[in-house]
Amino acid sequence: MARVIELRGIRRTYKMGDQELHALADLDLDIESGEHVAIMGPSGSGKSTLLNVIGLLDRASSGRYALDGRDVTDLSDEELSEVRQNQIGFVFQSYHLVARLDAVANVELPMVFAGVPKKERRQRAEAALQRVGLGDRMHHKPTEMSGGQAQRVAVARSTIMGPSVLLADEPTGNLDSVSGNRVLDLLQGLHRDGLTLVVVTHDPAVARLADRVIVLKDGRLAREWRGTDVVSLDQLFELDAP
Amino acid sequence: MRSADKWRFALNALLHNRLRTGLCLLGISIGVTAVVLLTGLGEGARRYVGAQFQSLGTNLVFIFPGHADTEGAMPGLGGAPNDLSLQDARALQREVRQLKTVVPISLGSETVANRERSKQVYVLGTTPQFIEARGLRLSSGVNLPELDWERGQPVIVLGGELARELFPGGEVAVGNTVRVGDRRVRVIGVMEDRGTQVGLDTGLMGLIPVASAMSMYNESGLFRILVEIGAQTDTDRTVARMREVLMERHGEEDFTCKTQESVAGSLSTIMRVLTLALAGIASVSLAVAGIGIMNVMLVSVSERRSEVGLLRALGAGHAQVRGIFLAEAALISAAGGVIGLAIAIVASLVLRSFYPAFDATPPWWSVLAALGVSTGVGLLFGVMPANKASRLDPVVALRS
Repeated sequence: MARVIELRGIRRTYKMGDQELHALADLDLDIESGEHVAIMGPSGSGKSTLLNVIGLLDRASSGRYALDGRDVTDLSDEELSEVRQNQIGFVFQSYHLVARLDAVANVELPMVFAGVPKKERRQRAEAALQRVGLGDRMHHKPTEMSGGQAQRVAVARSTIMGPSVLLADEPTGNLDSVSGNRVLDLLQGLHRDGLTLVVVTHDPAVARLADRVIVLKDGRLAREWRGTDVVSLDQLFELDAP
Repeated sequence: MRSADKWRFALNALLHNRLRTGLCLLGISIGVTAVVLLTGLGEGARRYVGAQFQSLGTNLVFIFPGHADTEGAMPGLGGAPNDLSLQDARALQREVRQLKTVVPISLGSETVANRERSKQVYVLGTTPQFIEARGLRLSSGVNLPELDWERGQPVIVLGGELARELFPGGEVAVGNTVRVGDRRVRVIGVMEDRGTQVGLDTGLMGLIPVASAMSMYNESGLFRILVEIGAQTDTDRTVARMREVLMERHGEEDFTCKTQESVAGSLSTIMRVLTLALAGIASVSLAVAGIGIMNVMLVSVSERRSEVGLLRALGAGHAQVRGIFLAEAALISAAGGVIGLAIAIVASLVLRSFYPAFDATPPWWSVLAALGVSTGVGLLFGVMPANKASRLDPVVALRS
């Protein structure tokens, strides 16, 4: 299997006055193509920082990062933007749809920056919305949709450029269980079609769907479970307990 | 990102926030209106003054006694200037070929009366050519008779308003007799009203033959010699020749020649400087509008931090984010410029319909400058907010 993500000795430090805060400390992580990985851990453990580093929104202070076999550690900002555009999809807890644009226009956004012609954009966006079951909500604004519908629009948007990896940060965090399950079904479906999935979550029910669960603590890899282990793990629930 | 998409995105963002966009447009358009309208008024004033001089007739030279000289004789202490005489006028007419007409003028203030109605006015002794040289016209009757300059005749041509005051209620003036001082003269013509020309109200004056005036005022000198130069001649050389002729007769330069061009020219320069000053004052309001744009754009950037973060996550680079915000600033200021220009043009048209003589049409250069400056101001003051937006850390921006 091809390796999509390869992190070596990743360190991310923040300056807080005189103190140095280690959000990530000497982290090594490999994610194979088509894998579904869940990242868990208490608040402040570095989950979000890891996701931002993988998503190239944030730069590691030191260490190397290869995406799809290409070393992206030292790319310029414009080059990073292009990599984000073509190889990475984001799904956020709070959807992050542009409120003044309707569903189709929101899904079109990544293609706008990629310079895809308007007609092709429209066709692809409409097809993507059909796939997530929102064929009848094409021209609704985000404020006219439920949270679950908005998140499905966001999923359609995140995959429209055919990324190598989809990064989801608490994708069901703002949703009730029924809407949440529809979104999870959608992500599972994408995964079955071969998309690499990295999900940050607090929710053991979400983590259980993954092929592998990684637990971070103080910016380090604390535990890791693979394969069938994951499905039966009750320890996950303990993790979240105070 | 395609250019059309950038502008569409920017326009969409502007339309979404109507109040803010509207206020920005208002600021810029007031600035542009002020610049265009004020320069229009300035230029209008310049043209108005120019037209006033034009109405005097072209290529006029005024000759009057005395010389504006810093070391000239003090009044009463010898060296009193020689009068300009009828003979001087004749000499000019005889010896300077390029002259179209030479009009001697003798001036006095006299009471003109028709029975108990009387009016104190300027009565000019002159020749029939005066009317044409000053661009005047008769509304009834005839011009002064062509006489030998040394011969008088008891006739008068009245200004239009004077005729109406002396002969009210539609009474016909021409053919009647009026008193000028203690002489009785016959009214032979009435002039059209032409308003005030350089301090002389053409409606309230009378014209009589120059010899009659000189004997009436007991004067041997003329008030002015008015000279009209042929259209295709060199004014400067002709004036020099006239000066030579008069010098030869007087032995010294005790007279002054003033061309109409020199007066009109310097006035026009003054008016243009005033116009530029007005434009400068008005552009302060454009600068204020620009700062308004900057303010609004900065607020807009802070409010849209999470949107900026999202755009960056979706693959928009620094340059693209910057371009979007610059496009918004450019759209606002260009639209404000066009609106301001439209308001200014309408205002100048309204003004013209009320005062047809005063043409406040803005000059083309002020229109171009106002549009250019407003767009420039928008871009200039849009750069800082746009840079701020493009430099936002996407991680931080997404969290807000």
